Amino acid sequence: MNEPTPVLELRDVRKTYRLPHGQRLRAVDGISLRVMPGEMLGLVGESGCGKSTLGRCMLRLDDVSSGQVLFEGRDITTLSERRLRPLRTGMQMVFQNSTAALNPRRSIGDLLAEPLRVHPAADGRRRSAAAIAARLHELMALVGLPASALARYPHAFSGGQRQRINIARALALSPRLVVADEPVSALDVSVQAQIVNLFADLREQLGLTYVFVAHDLAVVRQISTRVAVMYLGAIVECGETDTVLHTPAHPYTAALTAAVPRPVVGAPPAMLLRGDVPSPVNRPAGCRFHTRCPQAQARCSAEEPALRALRPGHEVACHYPLPPA
Amino acid sequence: MPADRMPLLDVRDLCVSVPGNGGMIPLVENVSFCVNEAEIVGLVGESGSGKSVTAMALMGLIDSPGVQVRGSARFRGQELVGMPAKALRTLRGRDIAMIFQDPMTAFTPVYTIGWQIDEQIRAHERLTRRAARARTVQLLAEMGVPDPARTAQRYPHQLSGGLRQRAMIAMALSCRPTLLIADEPTTALDVTVQAQILDLLRGLRHSHGSSVLLITHDMGVVAQTCSRTLVLYSGRMAESGPTTTLFARPAHPYTAALLDSIPPLYGSRPHRLPAIAGVPPTPRERPAGCAFGPRCAYVHATCLPAPPALAPIGAGQLAACVLPAEGTPLPPRTIAQGMQP
Ligand SMILES: Nc1ncnc2c1ncn2[C@@H]1O[C@H](COP(=O)(O)OP(=O)(O)OP(=O)(O)O)[C@@H](O)[C@H]1O
Ligand SMILES: Nc1ncnc2c1ncn2[C@@H]1O[C@H](COP(=O)(O)OP(=O)(O)O)[C@@H](O)[C@H]1O
Ligand code: SF4
Ligand code: SF4
Ligand SMILES: [Mg+2]
Ligand SMILES: [Mg+2]
Repeated sequence: MNEPTPVLELRDVRKTYRLPHGQRLRAVDGISLRVMPGEMLGLVGESGCGKSTLGRCMLRLDDVSSGQVLFEGRDITTLSERRLRPLRTGMQMVFQNSTAALNPRRSIGDLLAEPLRVHPAADGRRRSAAAIAARLHELMALVGLPASALARYPHAFSGGQRQRINIARALALSPRLVVADEPVSALDVSVQAQIVNLFADLREQLGLTYVFVAHDLAVVRQISTRVAVMYLGAIVECGETDTVLHTPAHPYTAALTAAVPRPVVGAPPAMLLRGDVPSPVNRPAGCRFHTRCPQAQARCSAEEPALRALRPGHEVACHYPLPPA
Repeated sequence: MPADRMPLLDVRDLCVSVPGNGGMIPLVENVSFCVNEAEIVGLVGESGSGKSVTAMALMGLIDSPGVQVRGSARFRGQELVGMPAKALRTLRGRDIAMIFQDPMTAFTPVYTIGWQIDEQIRAHERLTRRAARARTVQLLAEMGVPDPARTAQRYPHQLSGGLRQRAMIAMALSCRPTLLIADEPTTALDVTVQAQILDLLRGLRHSHGSSVLLITHDMGVVAQTCSRTLVLYSGRMAESGPTTTLFARPAHPYTAALLDSIPPLYGSRPHRLPAIAGVPPTPRERPAGCAFGPRCAYVHATCLPAPPALAPIGAGQLAACVLPAEGTPLPPRTIAQGMQP
């Protein structure tokens, strides 16, 4: 049987930042993954673990230091910006900071029209003003904003509405892959639910494939079909959403889910993980989690566990994975 | 009321308004609650609901031009509203301490955190520098700061967010306050570190006999930490009561909707989340009548003329909604099976 081509594939991707004094910060430290058509991959992990960096590498918004990035089977790792440009319409990003992503001096219509002016239509021709205007109205309807919003400026909108505008901008060119970096983290719960629903609706209507970055596990569960858990630049566990969240095999995933304060009175106090995330500049040798792992043994500080399949579709990087509950 | 039953903090009809629109704009209206000895009370609401304004007003820290603070807030019987600045300053730091969402606001970048905590101690107690440092190091250790003596010698920007937050709590506790006002102390932190800080706050009741007014927008944090909870919406109290009651039988549609809009981590996944349409109004554009009216699934004619008064529902529960009095209270929540493993 022929497996469908992944929309996105990463092969041992690394991104290293050079810091002053010759230090190197390994923000993404050898990540391989595939995202299949229609899939919604949730990417979770603590602040600074490399989620945003990985998201930018996926779309070649950042150049990777080593490894390969494939979009719909095509290696885009070293494509020039000119040759990348026609592919850019197929992959878009919704950025973490919704306010900073919108230029305050341009109207919403102007902001959204820009990608439509820059990129030709599917037939290779420039879009007419009428076609652009029609598309803008379509986009507003798609994200649940009135057409009158097009004439207004970013400051006139609430956080939730600005996030709708950002989503509209990402959708303008009808991408097949959307990487959303913490698109609801800055929103109030009541508004967050609206945007989470919008992402689900858009997937159904447009058949999108998502990579959804978030630190809220409950939000990720609501949106994702599969979850990848990151720690210090690497994926430590990956699998079907409820398998990973409910029967985690990696001690870090277990600690992360236990720490979520559940809105149930008298819920058992969360299991406590000691300490903070170590600096990615001096990441621990052996298992990157061993300095905080309650299960750590001698082998863990000496030998790095590889990401391997526990069972089909459930991968974990741990010498002593937790038993299924 | 006998003195030993007097609440530590008793806030009644607290109102805060600022000039604007050619008159006064109320930011916080008629907020009433109390905090007892060794109790953690939650103040919840979405951003802009008036949580910080309430806290700052209690501490006498609002210095906006023309601001008006009315009502009463008694701390151990002493009125805080209108208290001279000097007396308030003495109270602050010694009896009442505050911690903020961003620990950088509490520390100045140019001194080590140890030096700053030492100074805070010495401002309220006659201690040698050495004795103060000993206390500082001990406090940092109690807050779970690793290698406290060395950490004390570091500058704020050299610490991680979690460590800075711990250092700030250590500084707040340095003069053994009886009341700690914590304004979103964990909002900027990862859940793993948040769990550690919440554990620490829960422990303060026993280790220091302190009470905490915990400000948060996270219903999960409230559920795990607060015995009683106050829900604010657009500067007004929507509901208050024992946390257990609020979660099982919310009487205000806003409380219920807020709880329902949280995606469940366990159980079946709803196809769509029950979202609340629209956004909370700003103080300038608060509608007449019930402020939640434009977003409420139960809104009807009697909600609109004036803001509904806060009325008792049952044991310790109050709600500002017309439904209970009209004989059509909300049904109890089917206790979120989806929230438990
Ligand atoms: N341009 C850069 N130069 C140097 N270091 C960087 C740069 N961008 C990111 N980093 C570092 O790389 C690591 C990963 O950062 P990244 O922003 O990807 O984390 P994240 O998981 O998205 O965190 P958050 O949850 O806080 O958004 C961090 O240690 C960060 O400080
Ligand atoms: N000094 C001020 N002058 C005018 N408006 C203010 C002032 N401080 C706060 N506000 C407004 O009061 C409302 C409540 O603010 P705040 O208490 O900070 O909310 P939160 O619940 O998020 O802490 C917001 O709409 C805010 O913009
Ligand atoms: S390899 Fe060892 S230290 Fe790492 S997660 Fe597994 S048990 Fe813990
Ligand atoms: S008073 Fe009316 S509008 Fe307000 S919460 Fe109650 S039912 Fe809804
Ligand atoms: Mg990020
Ligand atoms: Mg606030």
